Amino acid sequence: MAECHPVGFQWVSEAKARGAKIVHVDPRFTRTSAIADLHVPLRMGTDIAFLGGLIRYVLENDLYFKEYVVAYTNAAALVSEDFADAEDLGGLFSGFDPENNTYDESSWQYEPEEPPHSGSDDPAGAAEQDELEDHPEIRKTDKAQAAGSGGPPIAAKPKRDETLQHPRTVFQILKRHFARYTPEMVAEVCGVEPEVFLQVARWVTENSGRDRTTAWVYSVGWTQHSVGAQYIRTCSILQTLLGNIGRPGGGILALRGHASIQGSTDVPTLYNLLPGYLPMPHAMQHESLDDYCADAAGKAGFWGNKRAYTVSLLKAWWGDAATADNDYAFGYLPRIDGDHSSYRQIKDMIEGKISGYFLVGENPTVGHPNGRMNRFGLANLDWLVVRDLQLIESATFWNESPEIETGELAPETIATEVFFMPAASHAEKEGTFTQTQRLLQWRHKAVEPPGDAKSDLWFYFHLGRILRERLAGSTDPRDRPLLDLTWDYPTHGPDAEPSAEDVLREINGVGPDGRAVSGYLDLKDDGSTSCGCWIYSGVYADEVNQSARRRPGREQGQVASQWGWAWPYNRRVLYNRASADPDGKPWSERKKYVWWDEEAGRWTGVDNPDFEATKRPDYVPPEGAKAQDAIGGADPFIMQGDGKAWLYAPAGVVDGPLPTHYEPAESVVENALYKQQANPTIEHINGPWNRENPSLSPVFPFQVTTYRLTEHHTAGGMSRTLPYLSELQPEFFVEVSPELAALRGLVNGEYATLVSTRTAIEAKVLVTERMRPIRLRTGQVVHQIGMPYHWSYSGISTGDSANDLLGIVLDPNTHIQEDKVSTADIRPGRRPRGPELIEFVEGYRRRAGVESGRVGVNGRDPVAAEAGEGSQQ
Amino acid sequence: MKTWLDAWPVFRQLTGPDPLGRGAAARSKDTESVVSRTATADRVVQSVCPYCAVGCGQRIYVKDEQIVQIEGDPDSPISRGRLCPKGSASKSLVTSPTRVTKVRYRRPYGTEWEDLDLDTAMHMIADRVLEARRKGWQDENDGKRVNRTMGLASLGGATLDNEENYLMKKLYSAMGAIQIENQARI
Repeated sequence: MAECHPVGFQWVSEAKARGAKIVHVDPRFTRTSAIADLHVPLRMGTDIAFLGGLIRYVLENDLYFKEYVVAYTNAAALVSEDFADAEDLGGLFSGFDPENNTYDESSWQYEPEEPPHSGSDDPAGAAEQDELEDHPEIRKTDKAQAAGSGGPPIAAKPKRDETLQHPRTVFQILKRHFARYTPEMVAEVCGVEPEVFLQVARWVTENSGRDRTTAWVYSVGWTQHSVGAQYIRTCSILQTLLGNIGRPGGGILALRGHASIQGSTDVPTLYNLLPGYLPMPHAMQHESLDDYCADAAGKAGFWGNKRAYTVSLLKAWWGDAATADNDYAFGYLPRIDGDHSSYRQIKDMIEGKISGYFLVGENPTVGHPNGRMNRFGLANLDWLVVRDLQLIESATFWNESPEIETGELAPETIATEVFFMPAASHAEKEGTFTQTQRLLQWRHKAVEPPGDAKSDLWFYFHLGRILRERLAGSTDPRDRPLLDLTWDYPTHGPDAEPSAEDVLREINGVGPDGRAVSGYLDLKDDGSTSCGCWIYSGVYADEVNQSARRRPGREQGQVASQWGWAWPYNRRVLYNRASADPDGKPWSERKKYVWWDEEAGRWTGVDNPDFEATKRPDYVPPEGAKAQDAIGGADPFIMQGDGKAWLYAPAGVVDGPLPTHYEPAESVVENALYKQQANPTIEHINGPWNRENPSLSPVFPFQVTTYRLTEHHTAGGMSRTLPYLSELQPEFFVEVSPELAALRGLVNGEYATLVSTRTAIEAKVLVTERMRPIRLRTGQVVHQIGMPYHWSYSGISTGDSANDLLGIVLDPNTHIQEDKVSTADIRPGRRPRGPELIEFVEGYRRRAGVESGRVGVNGRDPVAAEAGEGSQQ
Repeated sequence: MKTWLDAWPVFRQLTGPDPLGRGAAARSKDTESVVSRTATADRVVQSVCPYCAVGCGQRIYVKDEQIVQIEGDPDSPISRGRLCPKGSASKSLVTSPTRVTKVRYRRPYGTEWEDLDLDTAMHMIADRVLEARRKGWQDENDGKRVNRTMGLASLGGATLDNEENYLMKKLYSAMGAIQIENQARI
């Protein structure tokens, strides 16, 4: 955090000054470790075992927050008799389908209190949706997010045992699942000494409860794994057991790495989502709006209003053309029917299936793992549009990439037409970023962009305008969605810049009276309201751009709620109903945040209550209640169908209802806990350009991780081009321990070559005790190498690209790559150049028993390329 | 004589109230005449740092329609005026001499960049979008209506504004393009 979010880290330093204990769990020693009270260098890729050890410690020593756990979580729910745990099946849960490498979740369900009912107004529709959920093609699209922010539907209210003693309660299952994650096992798997582990366990548990809370902070060090979603699940379970969710000073905080990466998920340019975490409709499941809403119709919680959110979105997009008679133009939306995520697209590009590609402020040939594969993708397009500030590597791949030197690419063979469209910088346009705590902050425009540089708002508005002009008068039904689109944004200035405030107002939503709605509770499913992103509804309440509020922090209290605007409803701590006990009283005076004011008959506190203001703590939903009305007054987790935090996920997590330690896809260590070595549901993308290093291979004996430096930013387009930052961190280097340096003859300040089945790269060696070899209890010593990934061949500061070394394997929940841990070899000296590099890497593949990585023209399959196949079909 | 001696910093340091030479004693005429760019700016604009997601407040100082300085915004309850090395360097991000401000074009099999007029480029891109859309169009896939094109794809960075992401998703969806991705996946 001190390295990559230094200004945010000032608050950690403040907390430390006020007596907080800071623990840093990271394979590397960094600036964060230097400030921390304790640095825990664990073996990379073993966090589930570490966190699982903490969960076991909490459960075995009865240190969980009992009242919180019984009232606010699903600990008391009973799970079906059909469920079998990974503990009993060698690392697999019940329901595994080895043919498709997917799980059928039906055995993970709760034991129903009554005969199962869907909780839906449309039981037949919901049942059909439910059945379709387990279709392999649907499971592979993006099950985890397909349920939207409401979480997956649960078929029925579970039986409960509030004593938590029944062997099939979630609580007891959890206890058994983590029983073997002992301090000794943590030592064996993670290489963390039992004394160190117990110190962390004591600090975390002593600092949780009524009077105290503990926070966990993570970044892509947790998400970029083949079990990334399960890393977060493990921490969620721990924090929920300790009562650290929805309370001040608690939570699990994702530190996101880009100015509006949170916004890019909320208002998603992602294939599987519509704005506000509404899923993209699936061809097999969602023919009609009724199909699409069947899972939520009548469901408890705010997700129960899915139809209102969806209809309002369709009205925002298609205005008067969206009517009750045509299903509000639901049929205009294109359908997904598989994994269409970024890495799949690259494979499809190489295979000539995609003609055109837009890169909008993204530099995948440096920032994505396996740069070579990415470059082959670009080389097989018909056309590529790059919008950026500088001529980044993804724009110059056709004449400057490393494959030009090896002879695998040449300008004369690459048909890709490239348009470089200069972009406006953050200072030259107005609009909102959503920062890492869901806070939208408006940026005012300082100056006009130079020359041809334009905002992306300008580019897409005018591209849409031209497309609509071209198609005007078309009678082809496929053009209707474009022609009926609401696209009449007012423009201003010499460049006809569309108004970003007008777009923000459309995102906020408009009511039947033509005025901005005040929030999503105003939205209707009858077509009388429009709203571009329901969770952002309220950002333009009272016709005021709430994100532009700038009351100085020093004039406000600790929550500073008059600076910018946070979704939903300007709440700064989510699920903050949990900061009070079931009766609505603060758990303690010290941790008072939001509470029930009996006299006033409403919730109050220092933040906006994340709960309906007048819903009494003793409210019991009447029979037949729907949506938020079906959530009880003591159920803080208002997006979930049951209002509870899920210690165990009966649905929605595709690789298991409970986190389980698996080794990374590329590991030098055998899984000490289960026969199953790696996540059985990992997504692989196979081809000569994406070979995998076999685990436990002596050819690739070292673990590698990647990270960022304070002085550079991601793929370097915004930092390697700047003189100050390039001077501060002038060249690519790798960090190795003195032990590894001695083992391999590496010399500080001189070059080393790193090799994988993808390629070989060279870097200057930094021998440092910040990297520690991990000695496991089995006696095995694991050497770990650290690589910052900012470099490539362009800019002021240049070097080989760390990401070229990495392959692409994906977490099946998120389709995010595992690049925080892989394997490689390292040897002293520079790498071979030109065609010799291909031979050198091919030799490694042979010795490791891996298929050839040779490719044909422009990276195409050698056979297909000879047959003349490609993009020019 | 007195004037000449007074101009000598060491003399002032030894005889004046600033024996460590860190204040008045070290000031020269040149120093006196220097004025900070933040003091002479025509206007100050509130903005947000474009690098990581902490969301530090920035103040952008503009003179003669040029950005002359970017500093941390002390009003921000998030950053309290601080910026990290990257945020502090963001003036050089927007004023970089290597920034490309003209459209560049590389034709198929071309070996050099060429110039292209912005308006021409926009219309060429629109032509290609329509063609790729047509080539990759699917009314149905495996017997199910999909109403989409697989002919084009998009990958956005996470420095896009919410308003920009919104227009992108809206336009792409209307043209039937589904392979729309963002750094947020990565």
